[in-house]
Amino acid sequence: MNVLQKLITMIRGSARELGEAVVDSQALRITEQEIIDAKSQLEDAKGSLAQVVAKRMAEERNVNELNKQKIEYETHALSAVEQNNEALALEVAAKVGDLEVQLGQKTSVVNQYTDQANRLKNQIETAEKNIAEYQRELDMVSTTASVQKATAQVTSEINSQQSALSSARESLERIKEKQQQHDDLQEAKKEVDASLKKADLDTQLKEAGIKVDSHSAGSVLERIKQQAKDAE
Amino acid sequence: MELMQELTLSLAEAKYKGHTFNCLPINGEQPVLRVEVSELDALPLFVTVTNTQIICIAYLFKKDEIKLEKEVELNRYLLDLNIPMPLSSFALVSDYYVVFGALARHSKKEVFHHELVTLASNAMDALEAIEPFLK
Repeated sequence: MNVLQKLITMIRGSARELGEAVVDSQALRITEQEIIDAKSQLEDAKGSLAQVVAKRMAEERNVNELNKQKIEYETHALSAVEQNNEALALEVAAKVGDLEVQLGQKTSVVNQYTDQANRLKNQIETAEKNIAEYQRELDMVSTTASVQKATAQVTSEINSQQSALSSARESLERIKEKQQQHDDLQEAKKEVDASLKKADLDTQLKEAGIKVDSHSAGSVLERIKQQAKDAE
Repeated sequence: MELMQELTLSLAEAKYKGHTFNCLPINGEQPVLRVEVSELDALPLFVTVTNTQIICIAYLFKKDEIKLEKEVELNRYLLDLNIPMPLSSFALVSDYYVVFGALARHSKKEVFHHELVTLASNAMDALEAIEPFLK
């Protein structure tokens, strides 16, 4: 079964009782153990690889040394031939042949180490992929567990009034209230703006003598005089 | 410093796009932080951290708050809305319908603040959108 399918069983199982022990702890432990095993395999493989590579390097040094000797003795053999010292030349040639046999042996050892190193590298790659996959699965399980635990804490009645969740209706009520407050505020701002504008316009009109302030001392006195006159 | 403490501290001093954050830690085995975003505080948000993620959740409503005969239609409706809704997704946790957003643990603090402001707006919009499905 795929990890997501396993998770669904866990999620639905625990959903029945909110706040109950959330995740199949057995499943969690197995995955953790798988990661620990894979990691220890990986460490072993890395250790072996280092050893094999070190051995190969040592053998490669031997091969190089033998090669050098071989070239050197070949030159000596030629020199002996040039001096017509057939006996010496043969002896040197025998030495070269000896070196060639040793070279063949050492080279095959180097090749064996190379093969071994390649196999270990493959093992390491596989182990790393497995670990990443186990880790991903473990993360899914532990995230599910964390969120369910968090939800249980948030919704539990033990928590203070402030952290308890309200019903959708209550939340909507609050949203509408906030929106109304926001709208009222906007409306009030508009009104204030408008009245400020109007006041500004009135001042300008008065200053221009177009609009007369009917409550100014001058206007009032004028009116009283007019009333007295009318009463006569 | 623990990531949860870091996040809490960052919220205490943050001002993101004119919004401030009001935090309250919730006691328990799992670290949870209750967050209110100023001007978007009709629904509280809850932040928790896991091995790999920072998860921010707004609990919308309980399953039993919706009209039983409309459940299938509602689920379809929420799936349709999932992509248009920026950064957040719908989910079911236990018996709760939620909107949530998940971030990598190493996310920058501004990204986290942006997430919370977006989630708070989304949660309010979502709740208004599903009102016809409520009992």
